[in-house]
Amino acid sequence: MRVALFLTCVNDTLYPDTGRAVVKLLTRLGVEVDFPMAQTCCGQAHYNTGYRHEAEPLARHFSEVFGEYEAIVTPSGSCGAMVRELYPRMGERARAEGRGDTLAATLAPVVPKTYELTEFLVDVLGVTDVGAYYPHKVTYHPTCHGLRGLGLGERPLRLLRAVKGLELAELPGAEECCGFGGTFALKNADVSAAMGTDKVRNAESTGAEVLCAADNSCLMHIGGTMTRLRTGMRPVHIAEILASTEEEPAV
Amino acid sequence: MSGTFVGMPAFPAAARDAVRDTTLRGNLRHATHTIRAKRANAVAELADWAELREAGKRIKDHTLRHLDHYLVRLEESVTAAGGTVHWAADADEANRIVTRLVKETGESEVVKVKSMATQEIGLNEALEEEGIRAYETDLAELIVQLGKDRPSHILVPAIHRNRGEIREIFAREMGEWGRPAPDGLTDTPAELAEAARLHLREKFLRAKVGISGANFMVAETGTLVVVESEGNGRMCLTLPETLISVVGIEKIVPTWQDLEVFLQTLPRSSTAERMNPYTSTWTGTTDGDGPRTFHLVLLDNGRTDTLADEVGRQALRCIRCSACLNVCPVYERAGGHAYGSVYPGPIGAILSPQLRGIGSEIDASLPYASSLCGACYEVCPVAIDIPEVLVHLRERVVEGGQVTRAGNKVVLQPAKGHAAERAAMRAARWAFTRPGVLRAGQRLASRTRRVHPRTLPGPGRAWSGTRDLPPVPAEPFRDWWQRTRNGKGGAR
Repeated sequence: MRVALFLTCVNDTLYPDTGRAVVKLLTRLGVEVDFPMAQTCCGQAHYNTGYRHEAEPLARHFSEVFGEYEAIVTPSGSCGAMVRELYPRMGERARAEGRGDTLAATLAPVVPKTYELTEFLVDVLGVTDVGAYYPHKVTYHPTCHGLRGLGLGERPLRLLRAVKGLELAELPGAEECCGFGGTFALKNADVSAAMGTDKVRNAESTGAEVLCAADNSCLMHIGGTMTRLRTGMRPVHIAEILASTEEEPAV
Repeated sequence: MSGTFVGMPAFPAAARDAVRDTTLRGNLRHATHTIRAKRANAVAELADWAELREAGKRIKDHTLRHLDHYLVRLEESVTAAGGTVHWAADADEANRIVTRLVKETGESEVVKVKSMATQEIGLNEALEEEGIRAYETDLAELIVQLGKDRPSHILVPAIHRNRGEIREIFAREMGEWGRPAPDGLTDTPAELAEAARLHLREKFLRAKVGISGANFMVAETGTLVVVESEGNGRMCLTLPETLISVVGIEKIVPTWQDLEVFLQTLPRSSTAERMNPYTSTWTGTTDGDGPRTFHLVLLDNGRTDTLADEVGRQALRCIRCSACLNVCPVYERAGGHAYGSVYPGPIGAILSPQLRGIGSEIDASLPYASSLCGACYEVCPVAIDIPEVLVHLRERVVEGGQVTRAGNKVVLQPAKGHAAERAAMRAARWAFTRPGVLRAGQRLASRTRRVHPRTLPGPGRAWSGTRDLPPVPAEPFRDWWQRTRNGKGGAR
């Protein structure tokens, strides 16, 4: 099977390790990975801040870049939810504004083919044990768009439970937002920081070394709070845990 | 809305103080987390919750779609049952009508129960100006009124107060308003409740005029419904000679059968009870029982304008259960007052900017008072997609566009203060539709990584004030891909 990796602009620029981990993991599972070089950004920051009209060209660009692939895999719950949940809505709004079906028709092909990484592993490849080895105590934070937007449910936990050497600690208040929320972190910095602090304190209470999630944007906010609070915990993307093996363990 | 909220600062400024108020944070966390867990249990008991939610949504949508028809039907039924219906287009008109009706009775005091609509229009202040004193009789409303405070929660307006604070307020203020609190009042719930009971009993037995709101209005019979926990509402509804109910036009349901859905979903969503202790219904007037005179003031105050917006109108489905407040992580930290309205929390963040417009600083900031985590949508018993409406209203703030105000279509200009952000969004869109530009930017960031500042300038300071920045990697992913894959695959 050949899939396109939609790494997202944030991962590409700031978290290339996550991208390398996805490639390593999927290749190990027999999937041929392609990285379309023309990919940029799904437009979520624009859309969610109220700039729907600025997001439209980005959505169109996404569809042009990824439209021909059989499946599109992304290690980001929120960017995945943007394509799956909000692209159809953008099409509907354009129609309601009397601009016809063009946008909806352009965006439609990528919507059902876009999968968040854990969803792709469990639902499409049908695996929960990916042969990973990660000898650390880990707690898992289900990010909001993965949890409620895509409905990832137990999938990430099932994958983590099958990782050799990994001790999974339950995170108190797991389903509460970490306070990132894109531009929310800047526009309502005080509330965002208070939410982040509570998330980090809850994570600390588990005694885990690592907080893991399926979205680097949330991890950037949580991790930045962790180092500022001098907790000694680390944020790690789930792809890096699942890619780790006994032969090539992740640090 | 209420004059008490006029001149509120924008949400981030108001929330900043709340975030630092440790008593408030503690009170709110305790209250919301307790009710959150109880609600989840109460909902899980019903096997058909999803169907009830869908039914509630459909009934409300149907009613809103044919609101004109059902309102006329309601007026006919109320009139036939011996009541009088008044129509109020806005807050001023509603206040004028109620003030006139009270004056016609010759009374100078009224008892009030269960009415967010009267708080929305600032009725108490309007009555005060005409020399009429209004006494709140819901326990929490009483605490708010005695404390010269503002409500901060839909269901528990005094949620921001703890027992110690309530004891202080009762001991200090009750004497000013009527029967004083007993000497040596402690902060045990039973003693506080008894003090309120004695204080209020005096008012119930004396008042000749009652003012209420309503949770629902049944069009087919002209019946109004109040759902409450204390029984104070029933006293207000039955003891006075004149009853004036002020109700938003969206509170209508076509039939009693429709009511059945909401009498299941409302108590479970709000107080996490299978059924609320008191459900009072009244239909016009009846000889020898209850008020001799009944007036219904139907309040628009921005509702018809909201109905004209195809995305935003779903906010009018709201049955004021407050489940969205209790799960909202932003409400939990910012407190209800930061929302600058009698409707706080996620529902307030979409309702206020629609009812009042986005002209004020607070109203233009409310659509951003959310991380879009979606917990509010998940618990809403009438499935209001609050995140969807928030994003829709953000678009109105930054891009302007056509809206309906006072029945007229007007074109809004973008709100002030977003010029730099708009320029940044446009620049980002420009770069993101040109992969080469993105790549050049990434390489520049990578090459200059050693000299990146630890704190950000301008708006970015909001980030680096409390969070460390991630280091920029030496090589973006796409460069690694091209280097290791030798350009193989992904040539597009």
